[in-house]
Order: sequence, then C-alpha cells, then structure tokens
Amino acid sequence: MSTAPTTYHHGGDGPARGRIRVLQLYPRDMNIYGDWGNLLTLARRGQWHGYDVERFAYNPGDELPQEVDLVLGGGGQDSGQERIKEDLVQIGPRLRQWADDGVPMLVICGLYQLFGHRFVTGEGSEIPGIGLLDAQTVAGPGRLIGNIVLDSPEFGRVVGYENHSGLTTLGPRAEPLGTVRSGAGNNGKDGAEGARFKHVIGTYLHGPLLPKNPAVADWLLQRAVELRGGTWDPLPIDDADARRASNVAAARPR
Amino acid sequence: MRSRLTVALGRTARTLARLRGGGSGGTAFPGLVMERTDPGFLARTLDRLPHGVVLVSGTNGKTTTTKMVVQLLRDQGLKVFTNRTGSNFVRGVLAALLTEVDAAGHLDADVAVLELDEAHAVHFVRAVKPRAALVLNVMRDQLDRFGEIDYTASLLRKAALATRDVVVVNADDPRLNSERFLEGVSARTAAFGVGPALRSVFLSDDDLRTEQAAAPADGEPDDGGVPESASAPGTLADDAAEPAADQDAPGSPCPAPRVRLLALAGNEATIEVDGTAHRVAFAIPGIHNVLNACAALALVLEVLGDRADLPRLLTTLSEIRPAFGRGEVITLDGRPVQLSLVKNPAGFRMSLLSAPTARADATSRTDTVDAGPGSPSSPTSADELIMIAINDEYADGRDMSWLWDVDFTSLKRAGVAVVTGVRAWDMALRLRYDEVPAGVVEPDLAAALDALRERAAAEDRPMRVYTSYTAMLALRARLGQLTEVEEVMK
Repeated sequence: MSTAPTTYHHGGDGPARGRIRVLQLYPRDMNIYGDWGNLLTLARRGQWHGYDVERFAYNPGDELPQEVDLVLGGGGQDSGQERIKEDLVQIGPRLRQWADDGVPMLVICGLYQLFGHRFVTGEGSEIPGIGLLDAQTVAGPGRLIGNIVLDSPEFGRVVGYENHSGLTTLGPRAEPLGTVRSGAGNNGKDGAEGARFKHVIGTYLHGPLLPKNPAVADWLLQRAVELRGGTWDPLPIDDADARRASNVAAARPR
Repeated sequence: MRSRLTVALGRTARTLARLRGGGSGGTAFPGLVMERTDPGFLARTLDRLPHGVVLVSGTNGKTTTTKMVVQLLRDQGLKVFTNRTGSNFVRGVLAALLTEVDAAGHLDADVAVLELDEAHAVHFVRAVKPRAALVLNVMRDQLDRFGEIDYTASLLRKAALATRDVVVVNADDPRLNSERFLEGVSARTAAFGVGPALRSVFLSDDDLRTEQAAAPADGEPDDGGVPESASAPGTLADDAAEPAADQDAPGSPCPAPRVRLLALAGNEATIEVDGTAHRVAFAIPGIHNVLNACAALALVLEVLGDRADLPRLLTTLSEIRPAFGRGEVITLDGRPVQLSLVKNPAGFRMSLLSAPTARADATSRTDTVDAGPGSPSSPTSADELIMIAINDEYADGRDMSWLWDVDFTSLKRAGVAVVTGVRAWDMALRLRYDEVPAGVVEPDLAAALDALRERAAAEDRPMRVYTSYTAMLALRARLGQLTEVEEVMK
C-alpha cells in the first residue's frame, strides 16, 4: 500500500514546465536531523524554477512507483535502521537499476551507509547493504560530531553537520563528494567525504545539506529533468541568504 | 561530624571562588571540593528528609515543572529544598545545599525537589535513590551531545530504575509509555496525559515527522495525514464527558493517567483528576506549560497521597508564573515582551501554537487549540511583533538541522519582524523555504532588539521573542539594562 503523492505546484502563471517525481525513501524511519529539509528544498526550488514537484513516500512494505525522477533518503536512529534494513535489500535491485539508468539520488547518513556493500557492527556482524555505492562501513569507537566543510570539485564549498559513528571507506568505483577542509568525513582518516556514482550522491552531511548548498539541489533537479528528455533552463533564484548562512556555518567551531 | 567538616570546607571553597571573582557566584568549585573530599555528603544529607527526594527530568519543560512542583508542595505546608535557577548538575545541587544546611550539615526541609538533566540524572541516582521521579518527555534536543533520542530515553530509564516509590511518566510519549522504558522499574508507575481532542497538538518527534511527511504541500487540509482527532474540539462539556477508559491504548504499559488535560480555551483549561473534570484558569501562557502543570499535579498527588488537598492544589497551579525566559513577560516601554525559550522541533511547534498571531492561522489546520475571542483575522496593532533569535553555542546545540523539522507556515500571514542570533541567516533561510516574510535580519542581538523595540514603538504593538538558550540569556541581560527584569542567579 502506498499513499497518494503530494504535489507542490509551480509558481507563476501558465502551465508547468514539467513534472519532477521525487521518491522519498522511508520518511517514517529514516528522516532525522532535519533531512526533511532536503525534500522541502527540492520541492520549493523545483516550484521556483517553474516545475510541479510530486512527492512519493515509500515506507517498508509499500509498493514502489513504476518510474521516478529523483530519489531522496535520510538518516535514522539504530531502531529506524533496524526496521527498514530487510525491506531495503528487497528493493535494492530496483534502486540499482534506476541508478544505472541515470536517476539522480541523494542519500544521507544511514541510507548512505546502506547504499554501500555492508555495515559491520561493533560485534562483528554484518548488516547487508545494496551495493549501489562501492563503499563499506564499519562501526567506529565513538561518534564523529560537528560542523564540517568540504571542497567539492563540482559544487565548490559544501557545508553541513555530521553526526555518525560508522566509518566508511570507498572502493575504486566510487568518487568522494569532496575533500574535508574541516571535520572528519567518511572515516576521519583519508580526507574523503561522501561518495558519488553516476548521478547518485551519498554523504554524511546533515544540516540539512541542500538549503545551504543550493548548487547541489539544482544539480539534482537538472539531472531529473534531463533524464526525461527535458531541457534544464533554470530561472534566477536569489540565494544570498544561503550564501550568508553557508559563510557563517563555515566559520563556526566544530 | 564529617558533614560539619565538609560544610566548613565547602564554604571556604565558596569564599575562595568568590574572592577570585568571575561573578557567577562560584557554584561549580565548592561542589567539586565537596564531591572529592566527601562523596557521601549528598546522600547522607538528602536521605534524612522525611518525604525524600523528588526528581524532575525529561528533555523539555524541566525548569518550569520543577518550579510548579515546589510551589504545589510549599502551598501544602511542606518545607522544600530545591535547586532553583536551572543549575541542574550534581555540583549545582551540592552548591545549593551548601547555602541551605546548618553548620552541622542538617537540612531543614521535608522534601527535596530536584531538576536534573538526563545525563546528570544518571550520575545523581548512583549517589541518591530518589523516592519519586517525574519523566516529562523525550524530545529531540541537543542530539550533538547525546547522539540519539533512544539513548536519551535509556539515560532517563536509569533514573526510573533507581527510583524507590513512584515513577510518573507522560502517557502520550511513546518512548516513555513503553515496555522498553518501564520494564524492570520496581517503583509503582503513574501517568499524566492529554485527552483525545488535544492529542494531535502534542505530537511526539516521530509523529512530527510522519505528520510533516503527510502535510499538504500548499497548505490545504490533507485528509489522510492529520493525526487522529476523535472529534472536533467541541465544547468543554463534551470533552469532559468522554469516558476515561477509552483513552487507554490497548496494552498500554503504564496505567491510565490520573491527571489529563482535556481542553484549553484561551487560558481556561479543563483538567480531569481521577475521573472528575475541573476548570482551571491559568496565569501561565502556553499549552505546553498547562501540560507541565498536569505533570506536576500528577507527581504531587502521588507524593502526598491522602494528604493532598486538591482544590488548594488547583488554585496554586492557576497562580503559577512562568520560569525565567520560558514564557516570561517583561515590560519594555510599557509594552509586553514575551520570551519563549525554544530548544527543539516539538517545543518550537508548541510555542508557535500558543502565540495569538500564529494561532489564527494554525487553528484552521490543527483545529484543536481555541483561538480565543477577538482573534484578529488580519494584522492589527494588537498583533505581536515576532523576533526569532537562534544561537549555536554548546548550550543551544551546534547543529541547526532541527530548525528544518519545525513547520513555520503558521507565521506566513503575520511574518517575522526581526531574525537574529549567530545563526540568523540559517533562520532567515528556513523562513524563506516556508515562504514566511522576514523583515530585518540582524545577527547582533542588541542591535536586533533595538530594531524590534523601535518598530514596536512606531506601531504600538506587543512583542514576542522565540529564542534559543544562550540568546535568551543575552537578550534578558540586555533587557535588564533597558527595563525592570527579575534578578535570577544563573
């Protein structure tokens, strides 16, 4: 059973320039530390750029839509992770197919980890991931918590807030989202943060990520539009507040 | 004899700390000295109290609720020792004891009512087994400090396990009213809660996400998403007539609440106590504070047993004023400034609901909180000017993510006059994505307060400030230079 989509209608007069279908994975169990803000940012920016944005919620046991244009997933507590892990493995093949087809995806923290090959717990047992990203995570001794700033080749400076105990290492088929300028990142050692594969971004950055990093939001929207043969023709959005908020975030103590 | 030495030592340490300056009154240092030299002092002193130690903990509303419990017990004739002023650490308790005990270490009190932070509660109950504990709620707060909500709940559970006589919990908090939380608790359990008409107002963090997830994109009501509210708010009489039995979720691990908040219209609440509805006109603003009052009442009824004088307790509750910065009203240039401390999504949401300007909009969606008579449909001079102040110091929480779990759309019509604090631009950005107009964005708190004051004078309007903790302290200090503000020890 899945619920009907919620539509964020485009602003302005005339017809929408298109429709962007966003699938939100496990909003009930994996949606902590403001990850909701990522959906809101995509929805609003989509509207401001003249598109209708449809949000589909997917919770364990629901039916997946036949086709989506963008996939979004968040972090959760251990208990939430526990509730979704089997379901995720079941829908893994569909998600991998979509990723191969070029569907843009953004997964944060807990779902970033489970989009990798596996999560190895402190006791040494393995929670299987879906292997969409060439990455694996092992439980670390403490939590890596604090403000974090990255340099990303594609997006420039990226700011956020990390809060994780898992330590992630990338394999050769994944590129990091960026290098850590301040903070811990994937594992606190190799300077990498996040993972990219095709149009998929996995990252530990809460904050949430997209409001203060609108370039990442628009990149995802652009991939979604182009995926269906549309032409990305963005309207001007005043992002001065986002720049100021990002400047402040980059200057704050860990 | 040992206590006499410890008291003398502690007082010497306090004098030294004061001589060295710093102006904070030196609460930490003497406490540290006493803790090191005489670790048994705390237990020895508090275990002598005839009514024992009563603990108030939870993530939201501790300070206000502790104040209420103290007032209720005092008005019932008990001598109460408490750690006022929010110094909710073991050392803070020691420092507070130091000022109250005589030279021999005797505390002239019947009962101790202590506000304890969830992390420090664990430390405290290792030394002292409380007689009663009230656990208010587990909401997302300072996750950068505690990591996870479930972990916070596990800390509170340790306090409940150490309690001897009675543990009072919030029946509507899924993390407290759960097998997981109550399993192994040897004290008897009791509860407080809300009636069906108000249940949707008090969403847990989990509900908050689910509800938000299902919330309509463009503000129109969404039939599927709004949590169950059995009937329209209806009249007070209808609510009061609801049989108590059907409030219990089947298999609810804690007993049916003895005290329930059934309805709130303006400041007039209907509170059910042991099956009988009472009306109480509260002086304290905010529906969350009224629920705190129900929690305090439930605890005090358990602590006093047959000695409780219910009519008197209800009168005391009606007269309670807010704790500093928590709905406190300060007068500036003859106009009220209400300070609402906001620390986490659920708390911020509650505060927004209790504001008259936001309420007119919010009621159309939640349909549960009475907007009260004379609620204007468009901004008038009576509407509050709103300022939001967000800092990100350690005590506020460094992570700004939580702002994105608050729904600000209720402020769309009224707008926000001033946005301030270290993270003013984060807040302004948040408002923009909810399409709430923001006037001045000024990170400097003093300058922002000037801007608010100026506009309030020009438009002759009252003011309301939603503020994070350290911003509240700073704003309150600044207000103290401009007008009369009650002195409190920090």
